[in-house]
Amino acid sequence: MEGTAAPQTMNPPAPIAGLPPTVYRIGAFVISLILVALVIFISGASPATVIGRMVGGAFGTADQIGRVIATLSPLLLCAAGLVYTFNAGLYNLGVEGQITFGAIAATWTLRLLYPEGATASLLPPPAAIALAILVGGVGGIAWGLLAGALHVYGRISEIFAGLGLNFAATGIAIYLIFGPWKRPGVASLSGTQPFDESLWLGTFGRTEATPVALALGLMALIITIGVMRNTYFGLRLRAVGRNLRAAYVLGVPARRQLLSAFLICGLFAGVAGALQVVGVFHRLIPNISSNLGFLGLLVVMLVNFDPLWILPVAFFFSALNIGSLQLPLSLGLESSLSGVIQGLLVLFALLGRGLAQKYGRKPEG
Amino acid sequence: MESGQLLIILATAIASATPLVFACIGETITERAGVINLSAEGTIMLCAMVGFVAAKTADNVWLGFLAAAIVGALIALVVAYGAITLKQSQIAIGFVLALLCSDLSAYLGNPYVRIPGPTVPPRFAIPLLQDIPFIGPLFFHEGDVLVYAGYALVGVTWLYFYRTRGGLTLRAIGEQPAAAFARGHNVIALRYAYTVIGGVLMGIAGAAFSLDFKAGWSYRHTAGYGWIALAIVIFGGWNPLRAALGAYLFGVLQSLAGVAQSAIPDVPTQAFTVAPFVLMILALVLTSSDWLDRLLSYLPVNVRRSLARAIHTAPPAALGRPFEQD
Repeated sequence: MEGTAAPQTMNPPAPIAGLPPTVYRIGAFVISLILVALVIFISGASPATVIGRMVGGAFGTADQIGRVIATLSPLLLCAAGLVYTFNAGLYNLGVEGQITFGAIAATWTLRLLYPEGATASLLPPPAAIALAILVGGVGGIAWGLLAGALHVYGRISEIFAGLGLNFAATGIAIYLIFGPWKRPGVASLSGTQPFDESLWLGTFGRTEATPVALALGLMALIITIGVMRNTYFGLRLRAVGRNLRAAYVLGVPARRQLLSAFLICGLFAGVAGALQVVGVFHRLIPNISSNLGFLGLLVVMLVNFDPLWILPVAFFFSALNIGSLQLPLSLGLESSLSGVIQGLLVLFALLGRGLAQKYGRKPEG
Repeated sequence: MESGQLLIILATAIASATPLVFACIGETITERAGVINLSAEGTIMLCAMVGFVAAKTADNVWLGFLAAAIVGALIALVVAYGAITLKQSQIAIGFVLALLCSDLSAYLGNPYVRIPGPTVPPRFAIPLLQDIPFIGPLFFHEGDVLVYAGYALVGVTWLYFYRTRGGLTLRAIGEQPAAAFARGHNVIALRYAYTVIGGVLMGIAGAAFSLDFKAGWSYRHTAGYGWIALAIVIFGGWNPLRAALGAYLFGVLQSLAGVAQSAIPDVPTQAFTVAPFVLMILALVLTSSDWLDRLLSYLPVNVRRSLARAIHTAPPAALGRPFEQD
């Protein structure tokens, strides 16, 4: 093996007569479905029954469809925000903390305007809700820029800066829930005292879905598609993501681009956190982010950072989340099956992409 | 608090950091070879579940460890295939696996939540070594087989890294894979091997939680430990001794949080369980940033140099990059 062995171990150039790339992607997708069935089978259930229950659990009643929409809205915001950081070449795992801190900021605003028991205030409820969402966005920006500053100026991997800030945001939320903001009487994991109903976002009928949240989510997505396709900003962001040094040498203000990506993602995630407070839980709970930030990362990875495909994928993932809530009730299975399905789909999409690149037939011979 | 009592608390804290030591050494080996296995959080959790279920089913603790090690190796193999052979983003593959395996552990482990199962044989003191003043009571009094295996692992890994030819090659394929390849080393096969070894150690770490230090299994039983292990590897500057030190330090921080909690009852309990994680990341931030260099530049030259060398470490140069053989 020593010395001159190198030429022998060289690989021949990539095979010319490979199958079309799509074959590998479809093959990987099929394998992921087989594995899903296998996992369900191992847990002692029939895949057909489980999938049937999940579809019924997601779309059976208006209430359930409402819940899917209620999950979709913040997920769209997070996914849209993550498009910026991903295209800038950043793995913003801190998105969870940005949601949480946005939620904390929104709760703080409402508590300030309407202290417990107060029914009247400087601002009427609708204005107070709007302000809370705005302050939530600012809170998300602060948490996002903090990760950004650690990365850009401190040269710390954005992954660990983000993860650390996630722990910190959760710590602050738990401290507030059990300390200064604890419910009168007994503090518990169920969160702070719920807000007065006048401070809840209006919903579609009696469902959990709120039009404002859905509109904000769709707006964020549409803006993001526009920015990424049609603006110089989006182009520069991609340039930074592809090759930071080259972009810098060619005159792109790389630091500013990276920080803007953190800022925009923080803003969207913070708004999502605020919506979790005013639209879904109506209080601050320890797991206010509901892991929607990590789910957003999966969505954007699955669509290969292209915002055009976010809506269908995010809708499907939301439906999986809500549909799986039926499993413990009707089949005695754990609801984390949704996460297993989402994870397998994304993992095999990544592997399929790799297989297609490595073995797929190249367009020019 | 008298000093004897404090020693016992510290000794227990050091012992309880053992799973983290296994995980950190495993990840250090993998990263030194140039591969990031970001799946630690999920690997540890899934292996904790698998280890517990296997040990319970076979009624044998060691078969539990074996099963966990195999699962850890399989997950690492997926990372290696995606990252080394298919040249996809190691971060993306590892992160997806972290989430996937956590959820898989919750889903498949559902029937095994909070039931009693086999555990590692009780603690024992090591004769002779336990009589060394201070060191003895701290390290050789409160441990069980795993704790002492952890010490051995740290020592052996350090020796392998810095005193053997194999270790030199390991570091070379993480720093200069092209040069190592030109010297006739099979970079791809070695990277596969070290990634799998790292996965095995992470699997053992998971089983160490469910069969020893957290005896039993429930949902998200080891939440946070995988991420903290990854942070400790950086904090430890990819050096097995320093990584182990970081892991033991984390154990001490956690037990101090417990002590502080009883001293300051006004602050809610839950804040203290998060505090060590935040502190650890803070330490990482301080030791790996440029700001420290700027601070150090105010010191006299010779002090600055030795301090910087002690605190500052660079990651393996080829960490996270696929090796282009042709």
